[in-house]
Amino acid sequence: MKQIYVGLTGNEAVATAFKQARPHVAPAFPITPQTEMMHKFADFVADGVVDTEMILVESEHSAMSAAIGSAATGARTFTATSSAGFALMWEVVYIAASLRLPICMPVVNRALSGNINIHNDHSDAMGGRDAGWIQLWCENTQEAYDHALMCWRIAEHKDVRLPVMINYDGFIISHTAESLHILPDEDAWKFIGPKDLKTGYSLLDMDHPITVGPLDLTDYYFEHKVSQIEALKRAPKYIAEVYKEFGQLTGRHYSFFEEYRTDDADLVIVALGSTAGTAKDVIDAQREKGVKVGLLKIHMFRPFPAVELAKALSKAKVVGVMDKSASFGGWGGPLFNEIRSALYDLPARPKIHNWIYGLGGRDTDTKQIVSLIEQLQAIAKGREAETVNLLGVRL
Amino acid sequence: MAVVNLQTLSKNEDLLTGGHRACAGCTGSNILRQIMLTAGRDTVVGGATGCMEVVTTIFPYTAWKTPFIHSAFENCAATVSGAETAYRALKKRGELPVPREQINFIAFGGDGGTYDIGLQSLSGAMERGHNMLYVCYDNEAYMNTGIQRSGATPFGAHTSTAPAGKVKQGKDRHRKDLTKIMVAHNIPYVAQTTPFHWKDLQMKVRKALDVEGPAFLNILMPCTVGWGFDPALGMELAKMATECNFWPLFEVENGEYKLTYKPKADRTPIEEWLKTQVRFKHLFKPGNEGLIVEIQRWVDDEQRKLLKLCGEA
Ligand SMILES: Cc1ncc(C[n+]2csc(CCOP(=O)(O)OP(=O)(O)O)c2C)c(N)n1
Repeated sequence: MKQIYVGLTGNEAVATAFKQARPHVAPAFPITPQTEMMHKFADFVADGVVDTEMILVESEHSAMSAAIGSAATGARTFTATSSAGFALMWEVVYIAASLRLPICMPVVNRALSGNINIHNDHSDAMGGRDAGWIQLWCENTQEAYDHALMCWRIAEHKDVRLPVMINYDGFIISHTAESLHILPDEDAWKFIGPKDLKTGYSLLDMDHPITVGPLDLTDYYFEHKVSQIEALKRAPKYIAEVYKEFGQLTGRHYSFFEEYRTDDADLVIVALGSTAGTAKDVIDAQREKGVKVGLLKIHMFRPFPAVELAKALSKAKVVGVMDKSASFGGWGGPLFNEIRSALYDLPARPKIHNWIYGLGGRDTDTKQIVSLIEQLQAIAKGREAETVNLLGVRL
Repeated sequence: MAVVNLQTLSKNEDLLTGGHRACAGCTGSNILRQIMLTAGRDTVVGGATGCMEVVTTIFPYTAWKTPFIHSAFENCAATVSGAETAYRALKKRGELPVPREQINFIAFGGDGGTYDIGLQSLSGAMERGHNMLYVCYDNEAYMNTGIQRSGATPFGAHTSTAPAGKVKQGKDRHRKDLTKIMVAHNIPYVAQTTPFHWKDLQMKVRKALDVEGPAFLNILMPCTVGWGFDPALGMELAKMATECNFWPLFEVENGEYKLTYKPKADRTPIEEWLKTQVRFKHLFKPGNEGLIVEIQRWVDDEQRKLLKLCGEA
């Protein structure tokens, strides 16, 4: 299929994808580094390129609340946020998933306060990882665009009907212009398709009035949570289908996680987001030197593909998990905990160590990743090492 | 001008069914029923967390015959503004699930969800100009969670977080004037009423729904449990609150104040109203006379200001 080769920032690329999805409603409230994405989208609206109704709310809490009210009518709805904005939404983020509303939301990842810091890490998304949303993660602008197209198909699938969060690194992806392929509007629309109001429920079906978000007591709440758990269990099947169809259409093939030079790797780094790109460069250089190292980059963090990941990592001797967020008082970061837990049932487990890195936008350069690989090598040779480590911090 | 009369209202369908779980003597459910009689079936209702939501929507039952949405405590105005915007967006594209030329959007919350935690989202929704009616049913405390003080609790009232004790005598601040805060949003219609004054209430609901843009109604809701009175007397207390000028009835159309009920020159002293409720019992203990004087002073002051605004003084 003919695609268009363009140069866009991550935020512009996502705004473009959302324009192509022709949403009915978009509540918006500014926070860096998400702002530019809504500016771009507002430009599309102001120019009449898309006829979305924007609701310029007075807070992120209201942005998600308005998104809930909108999506409950059956209207295609998105909003976007970062950091403190996501934290302020948190209460309602859970409600969106409980009501099974297919809201799509980029979380342009940024550190949480305090101290206030506008730069990238993953603390925001990790704070909401158990909210019941599907969480997809992107390495670069191309992946952010692609996921911003695919998220609608996933969220709105009749057997899923869950909100989807697309994560991409603040500034590193959101504000960096990269070249990427985008679909012509018509082809994108054909892929995403119109929202089908005939399925699901609508608050505006005046002939069949329903009560949305009632009071659940001990007799029903648990069962309703189970329906959410089940919906998330069903989701991977459809996410895989959408990935496949998108791959056939564009030649860009995605899966729950990407394995980079892991075939014969003794050492495997696991990472989320843009760091994976840096790691790939380092891995190429290390491979030249004969170091058997690979990378596993996760796209789908929620639902967590534990079984598949355990299988993929089972051949490694040492696994180094990179967490761009701390879990205060916990033992290691959130990604580390998930992966370590997934490996537990393997008959022979690789060693697994955690590196907390990049907090508050601390640059993660190739040197840091080289040092991490050196540590993995030493561990493979039997050297004792801490389970949880820090990378790139001044001590 | 909008007309409502008992004859037509009595023929209208009751859209809040009986069998909801409100307390005996609750005037809140009565407020909702009166509003819905005027609003009619083509109405989307949003509710903030609080007594009225809790008693009408216990899953798997619902007392609502119209679409209803509750999402959280402080965000009812924002939630309904999302639904109202979606309605316009879907209508524009000819994609409504069932065609409707006109749908009413009504958000309601208690005083806690409106004066306090929900004030921001309410203010935002009013400022943005959504075509919706926000109704505050003001029972003057957080009743659903056990009668804690709110920004609407009157001076001197005993609540579970501002109790009357050995050294403190209930709430030590007068309530904030939410109705005037709403007027300051320059929205087309703002009014205050009570369920006792059914005709006044219905007229105000009608006007509020007829204006283009946001409207706000503040409705006093005597609460038998929180205020402490005989469940048979709810309406009586609503009436009395107006007779003693504690809860004047007025409306503000495009900034123009108008009294919709003229208080008598020899208005009931506030003492008579305070006497009817357990929450004010301690005010009648020896040594607390000054507190009643202070409440009367405040009521008289507020009334003077209101009459001036209404061009009655
Ligand atoms: C964020 C949040 N804080 C607190 C609560 C607990 N809560 C539920 S209802 C309520 C009080 C409601 O009071 P009000 O708005 O006055 O309505 P009423 O119950 O009197 O009808 C509170 C505090 C909540 N649900 N959400």
